[in-house]
Amino acid sequence: MDLNFTPAEEAFRAEARAWLEANVPVGLPSGDTAEGFALHVEWEKKLFDARWSVVSWPEEYGGRGASLWEWLIFEEEYYRAGGPQRVTQNGIFLLAPTIFEFGTEEQKARFLPRMAAADDLWCQGWSEPDAGSDLAGIKSRAARDDERGGWVINGQKTWTTRGAFCNWLFGLFRTDPDAARHSGMTYLMVPLETPGVTVRGVERLDGDEGFAEVFFDDVFVPDDLVLGGVNEGWGVAMATTSSERGLTLRSPGRFCAAADRLVDLWKRQAAAGEHPERVESMRDDVAQSWMEAEAYRLATLADVTGLVNGVSQGARSSLTKIFWSELDVNLNETALRLLGPAAELIETSPAAVDGGAWMKGFEFALSGPIYAGTNEIQRNVVAERVLGLPRK
Amino acid sequence: MHFAFTEDQLLFRDTVAEFFANECPPEKVRWSWDDEVGRDASTWAALAEMGVIGLTVPEAFGGMGMNEIDLLPILTEAGRYAYPAPLVETVAVVAPLLAESAPSEIAEKWLPGIADGSVIATVELDGQPFVNDMHIANLLIAQRGDRLFAVPGENVRSTAQVSVDGARRLFSVEWDEADAELIASGEAGVQAANRAFDRGAAATAAMLVGLSEQMIAMTVAYVVDRKQFGVPIGSFQAVKHHLADAELKVSFARPVVWAAAYGLATNSDEVAREVSMAKCFASDAAEVVARKALQTHGAIGYTTEHDLHFWLKRSWALASSWGDALWHRRRVAHILLDN
Ligand SMILES: Cc1cc2nc3c(=O)[nH]c(=O)nc-3n(C[C@H](O)[C@H](O)[C@H](O)COP(=O)(O)OP(=O)(O)OC[C@H]3O[C@@H](n4cnc5c(N)ncnc54)[C@H](O)[C@@H]3O)c2cc1C
Repeated sequence: MDLNFTPAEEAFRAEARAWLEANVPVGLPSGDTAEGFALHVEWEKKLFDARWSVVSWPEEYGGRGASLWEWLIFEEEYYRAGGPQRVTQNGIFLLAPTIFEFGTEEQKARFLPRMAAADDLWCQGWSEPDAGSDLAGIKSRAARDDERGGWVINGQKTWTTRGAFCNWLFGLFRTDPDAARHSGMTYLMVPLETPGVTVRGVERLDGDEGFAEVFFDDVFVPDDLVLGGVNEGWGVAMATTSSERGLTLRSPGRFCAAADRLVDLWKRQAAAGEHPERVESMRDDVAQSWMEAEAYRLATLADVTGLVNGVSQGARSSLTKIFWSELDVNLNETALRLLGPAAELIETSPAAVDGGAWMKGFEFALSGPIYAGTNEIQRNVVAERVLGLPRK
Repeated sequence: MHFAFTEDQLLFRDTVAEFFANECPPEKVRWSWDDEVGRDASTWAALAEMGVIGLTVPEAFGGMGMNEIDLLPILTEAGRYAYPAPLVETVAVVAPLLAESAPSEIAEKWLPGIADGSVIATVELDGQPFVNDMHIANLLIAQRGDRLFAVPGENVRSTAQVSVDGARRLFSVEWDEADAELIASGEAGVQAANRAFDRGAAATAAMLVGLSEQMIAMTVAYVVDRKQFGVPIGSFQAVKHHLADAELKVSFARPVVWAAAYGLATNSDEVAREVSMAKCFASDAAEVVARKALQTHGAIGYTTEHDLHFWLKRSWALASSWGDALWHRRRVAHILLDN
């Protein structure tokens, strides 16, 4: 057991820290509005130009060929420096691992560098009005068009994060309506500029237009936009959802940075002396939140040690997803209780503490137990696939 | 970075686990409840023979000279089998304390006996008023303010206290300084006592992980087997979610406990925080797991005829000794907030 990073890894950290401290933008507006999104894309391009946007990817696709450990270090430094959540995440963290695993060489060369550079912006099209937790219930149909060499899509996706600002969508479509529920689906990549696509933004709980509905009306997609095999989309999609539950989407750096900010908030509230009893009574909860973030960091170090030695997390990634999503809610809830009467003030309110970031963070955190497979579904997975309880 | 145990550490652990599986089955735990002494010398002697009792004793005194990273996985196995003898006190706390802080003549007097199994040691620290296994101990290490003493067992007057865990043997103790040898005093005494406390807390956390894992295993076996409404109760989602919550708690306590082992073994600057996190998470986990285990067993778990209660009660006892979750959470709060 050795919990030290190597000198080379520490040098990598120092380089990342220096660059991030000099370059991370302060006070970017939410990336879930049209104006905010554009500013975030500018920041992501800057990251790419300095080759920090996808550190773990091979150099030919815009990365640094960094190890998993270096990637974790980068994430830690990114959030430590106050970097904003990545608006490119659905591409770089969810689609990219799938392209690396299932894509053709041509697809890799075509999509990965533009994704890394934030030239293409990707959204994720799984959910449909009648298919949420029960993803295999999707109905959107892609019919064979032999003449043109491709597929014609009709149907609708929903809850598509940042769909209104992206130019590409990846998702699952039913290509063999007669096949069994989990078969007959194909993973397609769809340019949203294609005739027949209509995107309608939907306002989320926090007031931003972060959701979208995407309608497909005889939308033609050529064969080279199929990822993995025709009718094999379920298996391909499952690879993406496991990245979403596990490590790649939610590295511990973000939660550790938030926990440090919570400690700092407590100290500022204590120094201000306005609600001494409230502040005093919140000590244990602040410590608990900080410890949960630290526990998540330690669990990640153990998981990554496993990964680099060839032991994958498997269904245990469901435990990871429950833990990070619930710790995020607890942490933000703790901050709001610390704020008391100021908790409800949002960004545009002059007296808001930290620009209303805690309420915003709370609202965002509340979605964690819902997206990426609800926590009820994850608990089913833990019981059945980790503990071996009977499905029926 | 490598946050895992070595092959050798795991092999040693597995050997000890196999030993407990044979020598400390539930009937043996039941015997510990019923028997007046409740400890059998042969198991201790066999553990000494295997090197477990002398694991932390320096090689110069006949031990293995190993550290917490080697020891804690073994204590997790002791917890899994609810082994009742004072491994935490003798192996995790007293042996390293004597090796590190005692004058050489005191260390020489006791450490070889610990290593060969002839000396059983226990400990009384401030804030830890009840002493485990004084009835079989040859040596008590006790704190008085900033002084630490070694008290030979025969010089200790003890009054039995009764734990909810009938396999435990707890005592209030009295002794006279004239009958004791001073180990350390002043700043050195306080430091040695603090370090002893941290070692005991981390070791107990490791035991709680094993207890929790075993309660989950017993409960999984039960809910797969037990049928109601014509199906295994483990197929009901409410039951599944209780068990998933239990698994979640222990899964995120485990790495925190290993980090405390590492912190102790490497003299980390942040060892107080690391240990307190470990005991806090392990205590909380065990309490949640115990609740879930009992709830999903139903009435059978509520009898003393079923074995589950041995684990429930050991969990309650260990969750609140060496600092409970509240105490340790407050220590972390103090470290984080008051500077
Ligand atoms: C912020 C956010 C971003 C999102 N982004 C995207 C995106 O980019 N692309 C995309 O495709 N989707 C996205 N989603 C949608 C998300 O994947 C779904 O919300 C999720 O799969 C749950 O589906 P649902 O909302 O239809 O809820 P339902 O499936 O209708 O579930 C409602 C409730 O019933 C419970 N429930 C359902 N089935 C079971 C069961 N078998 N056992 C126990 N309880 C059950 C659920 O746990 C939940 O509590 C996003 C959601 C949110 C909140």
